[in-house]
Amino acid sequence: MIIGEGKPIKEVLSMIEPYSKIILAGCRGCVTVCSVGGEKEVGILASAITMAREKEGKPIEIKEVTLERQCDPEYLEQIRGIVDEYEAILSIACGAGVQFMAEKYRKTPVYPGINTKFIGVTEEQGVWSERCQSCGDCKLHLTGGICPITRCAKSLLNGPCGGSSRGKCEVNPEIDCGWQLIYDTLKEQGRLDKLEVIIPINDWTTSRDGGPRKIIREDLKL
Amino acid sequence: MTSDGRLEKVLERGEFAVTSECGPPRGADPEVIRKKGELIKNSVDAINVTDNQTSVVRMSSFSSCLILKQLGVDPVMQMVTRDRNRIAIQSDILGAAALGINNILCLSGDHQKFGDHSTAKNVYDLDSMHLIQTVKRMRDEGKFLGGDEIKGVPKLFIGAAANPFADPFEFRVIRLAKKVAAGAQFIQTQCIFNLDRFKKWMDQVRDRGLHEKVHILGGVTPLKSLGMANYMKKMVPGMDVPDELIARIKGVDKEKRAEEGIKICVETIQQLREIEGVHGVHIMAIEWEEMVPRIAEEAGLLPRPKVE
Repeated sequence: MIIGEGKPIKEVLSMIEPYSKIILAGCRGCVTVCSVGGEKEVGILASAITMAREKEGKPIEIKEVTLERQCDPEYLEQIRGIVDEYEAILSIACGAGVQFMAEKYRKTPVYPGINTKFIGVTEEQGVWSERCQSCGDCKLHLTGGICPITRCAKSLLNGPCGGSSRGKCEVNPEIDCGWQLIYDTLKEQGRLDKLEVIIPINDWTTSRDGGPRKIIREDLKL
Repeated sequence: MTSDGRLEKVLERGEFAVTSECGPPRGADPEVIRKKGELIKNSVDAINVTDNQTSVVRMSSFSSCLILKQLGVDPVMQMVTRDRNRIAIQSDILGAAALGINNILCLSGDHQKFGDHSTAKNVYDLDSMHLIQTVKRMRDEGKFLGGDEIKGVPKLFIGAAANPFADPFEFRVIRLAKKVAAGAQFIQTQCIFNLDRFKKWMDQVRDRGLHEKVHILGGVTPLKSLGMANYMKKMVPGMDVPDELIARIKGVDKEKRAEEGIKICVETIQQLREIEGVHGVHIMAIEWEEMVPRIAEEAGLLPRPKVE
């Protein structure tokens, strides 16, 4: 899923500083699962903003909404009836949700209340880590199910650099060396021969280097 | 011969080669490189110039190599894939070859986190393996990566690095084999302080017959002080400085430690010469270039052979 992290309250307050009537919009998708942008967090952030603004002597009216998803037009439509009554929207969905909201309500300024961090997993309660950079051309069959583009700080495709030491990355001893993980897995599986093969020069057009990507499925279109 | 360079000639003749390196200055003064070059040029066969090592911005390897070339040195242009994509890389290779810089050392480069611009975005369009393939393709097929023909094919001698001291150890020889298969003709290794581990790695290299396909130059660095030894051991990822070595330096008086460092370096070179498959030595005297002639002399590497 997409993992996010709350923006510092100071930054949020400075973004909405000119407004006295806003919509605070959460999302029941990924950001609910990673406890940063769901209904509960909408309530917490609304209280924090309200208290801060009262303290400043500049009260604010906040309409709390949590949409099923902010990346789907049909759910964004649910607030069309009320948008014009408010000066701005603070969205705590992922970056896609914030943008789609802004796209659908072009007259109203839309502000991001969280930072979208990565596509990742829940390692344990309260711990998330990155697994995929959506490069658009999955190579996991070559690398023991561990992505070198994501897990190696240099996205090297042909083995660990000279900075791999005791299983850790040169960048930070808290980070596992992705290539050590790949090596260990392939060794366990008796597939070390995979590592003898040079993974060729990458075609980055499937990644973001080709511009914003789009998928059209004719079989699904109405 | 794939280049007209001295380094390739010396290695192809079966001589034990000596290379060293210069770190370029953090400014535009060419005298810094000239001075370093003059100090060591008669003691070595070629001089590497680092490419923004440890991600600290310096004069470009390209320009520094040209300054060395003007002194009559055969330069080795280090090239990292951290800062340039395949378009810039191929362009710089052509430019270098046009100016008589024909040795390219293909590296991935230190992560930008270590440098003075840690908020930069890294490129890594290619990795070091891909860079080797790129240089080879340009030279042997006369083609750009994009497929178009190169008019005026560059002559190049392709180098790569190997670090027998990084992990996983068993993978290190596999990685070397891949670099050789990609087209590497010479290898300069990470600084060797742990000779036992280096010898184990060389056993694996010979088991695979790689020593007959590529010229391996063992990397050595004289330790200037106990502080430097400890720094190398603790702070530089992928560096293996054994405790015995630290103890040996610690065991002599403070003012004699630099001498001890030189002595250790000379002994290491002498031991490297005895290892089958080691075809040369790469002396990295970090900000201590003036010691290179002495190290070369004491290790019995002088005079350097004359080549046409």
